[in-house]
Amino acid sequence: MTSMLKTLSRPFVAKSSGDLARLGVLLALAGLILFGALRYDNFISPFNILSFLRYNSMFALIALGMAFVIITGGIDLSVGGVAAMASVVAAYLSLYGWFPGLAGGVLAGLVAGSINGVITTRLRIQPFIATLAMMLAAYGTALLLANNQSVSVSYDTAFTMIGQDDFLGFPIPGWIAGFAYVLGWIFLERHPAGRHVLAIGDGEATANLMGLKVERTLFAVYALSGVLAGLAGVILASQFGAGQPTEGVGWELFAIASVVVGGTLLTGGSGSVGATLAGALLLAMVFNILNFENGLGWISLSAYWQSVIRGVFLLIVVVLQAGLMKKTEA
Amino acid sequence: MLLTMQDISKAFSGVSALRSASLSIAEGEVMALVGQNGAGKSTLIKILTGVYQRDTGLIKFQDEDVVFATPSASQAKGIATIYQEINLAPQRSVAENIYLSREPRKFFGLLDRRAMREGAAAVLKTFNLDIDVDMPVAHFNAATRQMIAIARAVTQKAKLVIMDEPTSSLDEREVGILFDTIRTLKKNGVSVLFIGHRLDELYEICDRVTIMRDGQTVAQSAMQDMPKMELVRHMLGKELAAFEAIARDAGNDDSRPIRLSAEAVGSGVRVRDVSLTVREGEISGLAGLLGSGRTETARIVFGVDKLDKGKIRVDGKERSYSEPADAIADGIGLVSEDRKIDGIVPDMSIRENMTLALLPKLKKAGIVDRARQQEIVTRYIKALGVKCASPDQPIKELSGGNQQKVLLARWLCTDPRILIIDEPTRGIDIGAKAEILKLLRSLADEGLSVLMISSELEELLAAADRVTVLSDGRSVAVLKRNELSETALLSAMAHQVN
Repeated sequence: MTSMLKTLSRPFVAKSSGDLARLGVLLALAGLILFGALRYDNFISPFNILSFLRYNSMFALIALGMAFVIITGGIDLSVGGVAAMASVVAAYLSLYGWFPGLAGGVLAGLVAGSINGVITTRLRIQPFIATLAMMLAAYGTALLLANNQSVSVSYDTAFTMIGQDDFLGFPIPGWIAGFAYVLGWIFLERHPAGRHVLAIGDGEATANLMGLKVERTLFAVYALSGVLAGLAGVILASQFGAGQPTEGVGWELFAIASVVVGGTLLTGGSGSVGATLAGALLLAMVFNILNFENGLGWISLSAYWQSVIRGVFLLIVVVLQAGLMKKTEA
Repeated sequence: MLLTMQDISKAFSGVSALRSASLSIAEGEVMALVGQNGAGKSTLIKILTGVYQRDTGLIKFQDEDVVFATPSASQAKGIATIYQEINLAPQRSVAENIYLSREPRKFFGLLDRRAMREGAAAVLKTFNLDIDVDMPVAHFNAATRQMIAIARAVTQKAKLVIMDEPTSSLDEREVGILFDTIRTLKKNGVSVLFIGHRLDELYEICDRVTIMRDGQTVAQSAMQDMPKMELVRHMLGKELAAFEAIARDAGNDDSRPIRLSAEAVGSGVRVRDVSLTVREGEISGLAGLLGSGRTETARIVFGVDKLDKGKIRVDGKERSYSEPADAIADGIGLVSEDRKIDGIVPDMSIRENMTLALLPKLKKAGIVDRARQQEIVTRYIKALGVKCASPDQPIKELSGGNQQKVLLARWLCTDPRILIIDEPTRGIDIGAKAEILKLLRSLADEGLSVLMISSELEELLAAADRVTVLSDGRSVAVLKRNELSETALLSAMAHQVN
């Protein structure tokens, strides 16, 4: 009788099909770094590494928020617009010091994200539609606030340090993103509320019947995505010295791509913070390498070609992952 | 009494689902809750667990008046529900599923993963289940998932565990394990509300039984004081007056050619061994309790579900359809049980609804031949007596009986030789019921073979030329016209024949 029901524990490699995909993205990242290091002289230089991290921290932040949204089975198309809006708000408030600038940008993101949360949970509007509307509204607000031009930040306050300076030899945006990822990891993997995010993505009706606070959690996830987009906007304004109402176009796609490359299913219920970071770094690394390739002078790829190549690369990674996942399931 | 529900009523947009229903369960008791589809069992459960709110009535749980606003409120009081489709988060681990929403915590509110893992393993062990609690639930079979759900209930310190058709996806061995688990629960003073249809199982595991029909509690007694026949009679009840008998008098003519036959067919766990025949120009009834495999049998014949074993013959030739389109091409039509879900497209007109299945044949140069469509629609509206303002009226505006006629017309205009019709008069008022049955009769007289699935005794008694009775996925009796009677049908359904 004992363990009559014992299911055959399969020869054990990965607990879920996502695990291998996550391993895949790490391998791809390592391969790309190795390729760059061998091919280009200054690829591994401190300058390249630090500026890579400084610039791409923004994208990593929005990818983190997107990961949580996608894990619940939703999507947030508004992050680019919200970042643009936040950058304008932050630029205006930077006159009063670095903290008002930072807080103002983050608050703008929180407001936008909360509205997304209310519309999707209370009004039961599809996240795709709700956040698409928010994207348009956020860009509109950004242009209105900025009178259709970029808004210079204050150079008299410490605001520009947020995006441009280093702390302990490491770019401040890198610290911010790193800190956000550590918290995000602890939250998703080790905190009950993070597990609830995963369970809700697995099935909202089921989660509700199991007594989880579905609406509250979904609201929080969209608010979080807004906050991180706001933070990215603050870094954007600080790094480029101006609030940019027309920046952020396509950021949501970069974020979605990072999450997907990181092995998170668009259907929700599975996902990893670490792999999302690896996915974001991987996609950014492709750009970095293309820049170096142009620098060699043998070929000259326009930004358009770079975009095409990145798209093809993304497709290859996703197809490879799909293959890996199928194998684990078999 | 652990639980007393008294005079519970509930209506949905004016239609009453429960009318003064009641239910009471003692501590450590296994109570069976039985009834036909639509009897109000699930509404009653959902009111108890806080998914719905009652309109009137009283609920006492552990001698305390309670109103549960949400499922989590009832869980907090010690009522755990294991739904038919086992509600667990499939990608989360076993341990997480057992503890979701009540996780053990350590510093900073973080998960105490070790306590969770050890606790989960310990509680599963009490059910003789030794599995890797870190594996996602989706890796396990239905029976194991059910144990996990029960383990979840136990760690919730549930006083009452509600199981909604827990055996519907289990095989015999797994049912045995489930019953052992229920006995363990009982020994620990936990009560179980067991919703099920397989009579043998109910008699094996349950102490008492509550029978519901039409939103009311019609009987409550100790299991051993309730003979099977009596139980079935209570469940099915009697509908107003019996219909006028419209079956062919001595029409049980075994010399007619066999149109459709199933020989010992099986598929999955729902259909194990079903044989039936439908002859030319006859209405062949298919009877059985809920869950006996009637609808599933129709799905196999129609090519929706795969045939695992046995043979299906149409006009003597062996057939195995891989999809409904093949069955349709062979002249078989299926009018499904639930009009709202599988049948009508509510916002489309009568014309469109009626010719949906015919559209491929209605094309002229790639577009719909409106003139022919109009002609067909007019003809069937007249022939079947559909009461409507115009063919362009949205079908949702029609009464249930008229909607059913449109659906019937949808298949008739494809010129089927065999029509399978599942619960032809469900949700239709009594006058329209008789009319639909007469219509089927006259179609049969013109040579159509009808396989009529029905849970209403009167309907079968009135219209069927022969009735095949299913029980637990097996055909247990075939009653010819001259053998048909209420008693014969009831005892076959209760499986006392053979």
